[in-house]
Amino acid sequence: MKFAFFPGCVSKGGCPELYQSVMEVYPQLGLELEEMTTASCTGAGVLQEKDRKLGDMLNARTFALAEQAGLPIMTICSTCQGVMSQANHRLTADPSYLAAVNEILNEEGLTYRGTTQIRHFVWILLEELGEQGIRQRVRRPLTELRAAPFYGCYLQRPSEALGFQDQPDRAKSLELIMSWLGLEVVDFPGKTRCCGFPLLTINEKNSLRMVASHTLDAKRNGADILVTPCPLCHLNLDGMQSRAGGQQQADIDLPIWHLPQLLGLAMGMEPKRLGLTRHLVSTQGVLDKLGSAVA
Amino acid sequence: MITIFRIRRFNPETSPSMPYFQEYKLDTERADTVLDALMHIRETLDESLTLRCSCRGAICGSCSMRINGHAALACKTKVQAMASERGVVQVEPMNNMPVIKDLVTDMAGFWDKVRQVQPWLQPAGQEPEAEYLASSESMNHLTGVMGCIMCGACVSDCAALEADERFLGPAALAKAYRFVADPRDGAGRSRLLALNEPGGMWDCTRCMECIEVCPKGVGAMDRIMSLRSRGIQAGVPSTCGSRHAEVFADLIYRKGRLDEPMLAARTFGLQNLSRLLSLLPMALRAFVRGKVPKSGPLHRAIPGVEKFRRLFQRMEERP
Repeated sequence: MKFAFFPGCVSKGGCPELYQSVMEVYPQLGLELEEMTTASCTGAGVLQEKDRKLGDMLNARTFALAEQAGLPIMTICSTCQGVMSQANHRLTADPSYLAAVNEILNEEGLTYRGTTQIRHFVWILLEELGEQGIRQRVRRPLTELRAAPFYGCYLQRPSEALGFQDQPDRAKSLELIMSWLGLEVVDFPGKTRCCGFPLLTINEKNSLRMVASHTLDAKRNGADILVTPCPLCHLNLDGMQSRAGGQQQADIDLPIWHLPQLLGLAMGMEPKRLGLTRHLVSTQGVLDKLGSAVA
Repeated sequence: MITIFRIRRFNPETSPSMPYFQEYKLDTERADTVLDALMHIRETLDESLTLRCSCRGAICGSCSMRINGHAALACKTKVQAMASERGVVQVEPMNNMPVIKDLVTDMAGFWDKVRQVQPWLQPAGQEPEAEYLASSESMNHLTGVMGCIMCGACVSDCAALEADERFLGPAALAKAYRFVADPRDGAGRSRLLALNEPGGMWDCTRCMECIEVCPKGVGAMDRIMSLRSRGIQAGVPSTCGSRHAEVFADLIYRKGRLDEPMLAARTFGLQNLSRLLSLLPMALRAFVRGKVPKSGPLHRAIPGVEKFRRLFQRMEERP
């Protein structure tokens, strides 16, 4: 299946290991990707603080580019997915709003007709490959691993814009996919909560409290790692973990993995090729436990 | 349908007064709400079970509680929709407020915060001879936020409040928006200035929990974002939050994409040099770990950014 690939700013910026791992795994999943090099940032919910309609226009432009290419969009970031889903929901629900946005887009010779599908990589795994498609690609079942899911707000809420009514399994997509990889899924209440990233600039103390709370909670429940489909959650949970631990006087040391890294490892790929050496919280202890020495 | 209700109990008058879960098995009907079931438990199985309810029709907002981990009105929630595969429904009191007994919480703090935003109309200028006039459009816009029944569900599930109880919270901020956006109100700027303080509109973490759990579709977080936007437009003193939004928008205009190092540098700037410097050790560790994209730490603009900027300008020129 072919997609217009929207990598998002962070996978091409602060989380390059996410982009790297997607590039490694996608050819073996039967996916064909055409990267949207001229698409802009979604606004990440931040631009929308200043001007929501401006954010919707930028996203409509991206949808129009994909529509022109005749391709559905694939995202790899919960925030990109959520912001785009919400924008598409507003645009397709109100023809007069869409017409007003198109009036601006016409400036660049673009029109959005409202037909573009936008799906996160996790949903594509769930809905296109399914249990059988994933299980048959597993070369190395991760049975020794205890992993907790961490979705990121934008892949959980608002459920209406994310299509949970038609696709109810999306609400538990991470758990399903992780279980198909053979590992033990650790459930914990924080899995659908906020990582605190949007507060990092404004109120670092509160943001770090959220990081510490979720990582310590997952650890208490027996998790070896936390797995996320959101690079912004990764930036906070991995990047700020040591500072969050310092604030709580706790040594957290919980590696945070991107979902494609976990998938790639289960498919038998080398950890280094998946960017698992590029994290701030070392993944080495877990890899040792799995018996996969990093080359 | 046999359903097991796993209810969090707490009685401050027993010793030791620690919360615990108690299970009740009940035969429920297809149409039963969680409130129907709880009242049935109280009437037939355990009269000590304490809960708060009144209208039973999602109007009064009294029976808000956490059902399977999320706040909801018990009278608006069907048992059948919530029962797990094993037929279990978990019921707990609301979060982010003290528990008085079992499922009843103390909402005094909730009301204090609502009062803090001065939830009454403060018109400016001379009183008109007849009524204050407002357009239908502006009043229609306010009907959504005026639908709030003060049930506390949004406050219960607010992630920012969980991290810091000083945060005003979604219900009070949505109420503040109701007056800031009212054309008859004359205190908009002073309201925005008050909301610009720590614990106000910039302390929301944008988790959307309040949007998801609201039984009336108030969309508190969307109202908070509108407050931020109005604050920026009104030129209230800049905060890290407002600078972050302004710089973010400018970077997208210039490059079509985010530039993280530049975003941090310009948001904190010289006003907050210590914050900026405090990020350096992390940035250095990230660099050592190879967390730098192939294109380098400073990002190039997307191809065709000039055309893209025209769209941006057109949007900014609109009335």
